[in-house]
Amino acid sequence: MALLEVKDLRVEVGGKEVVKGANLEVNPNEIRVLLGPNASGKTSLLMAIMGHPAYKVRKGEILFDGVNVVNKPAHERAKMGLALSFQNPPEIRGIKLRDLIRIAAGKEAWNPLKEPREEFSTSVLASVGLDPTVFRDRDVNVGFSGGEKKRSELAQVLAMKPKLMLLDEPDSGVDVDSLKEIGIRINTYVRESCCSALVVTHYRHILPYIRPCFAYVMCNGIIVASGDPYEIFSRIEEVGYCAYANVCPPAIRSTIEGRVK
Amino acid sequence: MIWREKIIELAKGAKDKPAKFGPDLEIPDFSVTDNLPRVQSLDELPKEVVDRGYSVGIDARGRRRLGTYFQYDHSVIYTWLEERGLAEVMSASEALKKYDWIRDYWWKAVPVDVDKYTAIAELNQTHGYFIRTIPEARLTLPIQACLFIGSQELVQCPHNIVIVEEGSELHLITGCAAHPTITKGLQIGISEFYVKRGATLTFTMIHGWTHGLDVRPRTGVIVESGGTFINNYICFYPVKTIQMYPTVYCIGKDSRARLISLICAYGDSIFDVGNAIILRGEGARSEITFRVIAKDKAQVITRGHIVGEAGKTKAHIDCRGLLLSEGAKIHAIPELEAKVEGTELTHEAAVGKIQEEQLYYLMTRGLTEEQATSLIVRGFLDVEILGLPDHLKAEMKRIAQLITEKAL
Repeated sequence: MALLEVKDLRVEVGGKEVVKGANLEVNPNEIRVLLGPNASGKTSLLMAIMGHPAYKVRKGEILFDGVNVVNKPAHERAKMGLALSFQNPPEIRGIKLRDLIRIAAGKEAWNPLKEPREEFSTSVLASVGLDPTVFRDRDVNVGFSGGEKKRSELAQVLAMKPKLMLLDEPDSGVDVDSLKEIGIRINTYVRESCCSALVVTHYRHILPYIRPCFAYVMCNGIIVASGDPYEIFSRIEEVGYCAYANVCPPAIRSTIEGRVK
Repeated sequence: MIWREKIIELAKGAKDKPAKFGPDLEIPDFSVTDNLPRVQSLDELPKEVVDRGYSVGIDARGRRRLGTYFQYDHSVIYTWLEERGLAEVMSASEALKKYDWIRDYWWKAVPVDVDKYTAIAELNQTHGYFIRTIPEARLTLPIQACLFIGSQELVQCPHNIVIVEEGSELHLITGCAAHPTITKGLQIGISEFYVKRGATLTFTMIHGWTHGLDVRPRTGVIVESGGTFINNYICFYPVKTIQMYPTVYCIGKDSRARLISLICAYGDSIFDVGNAIILRGEGARSEITFRVIAKDKAQVITRGHIVGEAGKTKAHIDCRGLLLSEGAKIHAIPELEAKVEGTELTHEAAVGKIQEEQLYYLMTRGLTEEQATSLIVRGFLDVEILGLPDHLKAEMKRIAQLITEKAL
């Protein structure tokens, strides 16, 4: 049985339909990537799977572990094992990254009287390459560079010990060294914890590190193609998304058109 | 005392002068009767009074305090000082009799004829604390002062004078509170603080009123060269109306002032609170911070006014307000006034509801909406209360926790 099954999902945000009947699956213990041009609905799809209240599901099903979670609030989905790393996480003054990592893991905020030396967030931060002595005490995302935000997001997601990680562009705005480190960390976690990941990316460079087994291409709110990640990347790089969406195999195209009708 | 008569004349002339800000109040005729006996220990007071006092930072047993001043209605019922010789604590009325030189401090930081409240306070003054350190004395533990209203329809007009002499250091905690059963009353507290050369005054004021109280404090602070004034203001009880606009004059070279206000307004409370800082000494620096939470039908105006009158001066106003109910209102009015080149004045203000984006973000981390709101509010109020010794920071955390609970 698939761990995640998205069936004919339609999602609205601010009254506008952004996901227009998407279908995809992720099996246990595997990594899949979701590709697509800007504004094609990838982030909205992830947000809707996570249960972000601004993204309203109008139609379709999201089966996670066999349970339709469409009507469950985000915090319940998080408890079931879904975790999302944001592409553009908001800044929150006054909340320490240390405490958010602990809270994400179901622990209390740090209390120096009970625990003179904070250990949990310290080790999680170190595991994603953020210096704990600096980042423990920083306010969440305030003044973080692009790369630091990505690592901080990953730290929070890992702390949640999820069954399925939804990672929205963990590699955007990240230098080559960080890209490798983040990619390897994702792959290691998936292997060691027998979890799965659905990763939105624009770049082929992360593929060798995360080693996905399958790719989906999203265009204009629907999944227009799927298959071997390397092959798909090669063709997209060759002809671009726009042309690719038009030249994808006729079998897939007909299903798209069928759905549009 | 001919000098006092002149002041009284000025006060009489201003008796009907409305305040510049805040709802105008009809002042009823009232009497001041100073007839309460002194107590041997604050523990003798009724439990509600002790508890109320504790919630505004007053420890009845004087634990981790160096001295205590307790005024109940119009009577000073308790004063105590651990180490005489470093400072003195007494009623301002007593100081008026004792020291001729007090004329140099009486209405010198606040003009007596500002409005009818200063006038009434002068014409009906009952006590207030007089605290003075000796030069170079470093008082590491705080002195606590409580101004308590325990009777219905009382008008309390204490006049406080604090003189922190050259090179000395004082922590002062003032708890202003009313008995929980009071439904009507007025407090006009006059405070004049003098921070001498190289001295430091950390003043933490906690208000614990009830929904029937009108409050019109009038405060002026003069900071000399190298002096530092830190003001922490905390209010998390309801009030009918409160209007205050403490003004700090940084007259000395390299003087410093930092004013922090944490306010949680709820019910029908009306707050009009401001801070003005005049940078008159070269190199003076200051900062005004507001964190305001408004819920129910509370109305809050926060003002901040900084005037740069000397070179190499720098100041910043940081004003943030959080609305937790539809009917509440926050109006932030930061003002910057540069009168010379070489003064650098900035401000940032943000008021509004909790950002949904932040709330949703936290919910995806496994928090319910209530938990996420509570976390954001706690974070919003997490401003470091400055200048307090470590063991008092824990007490302040307790109070911040109380504010969070009231806010939610």
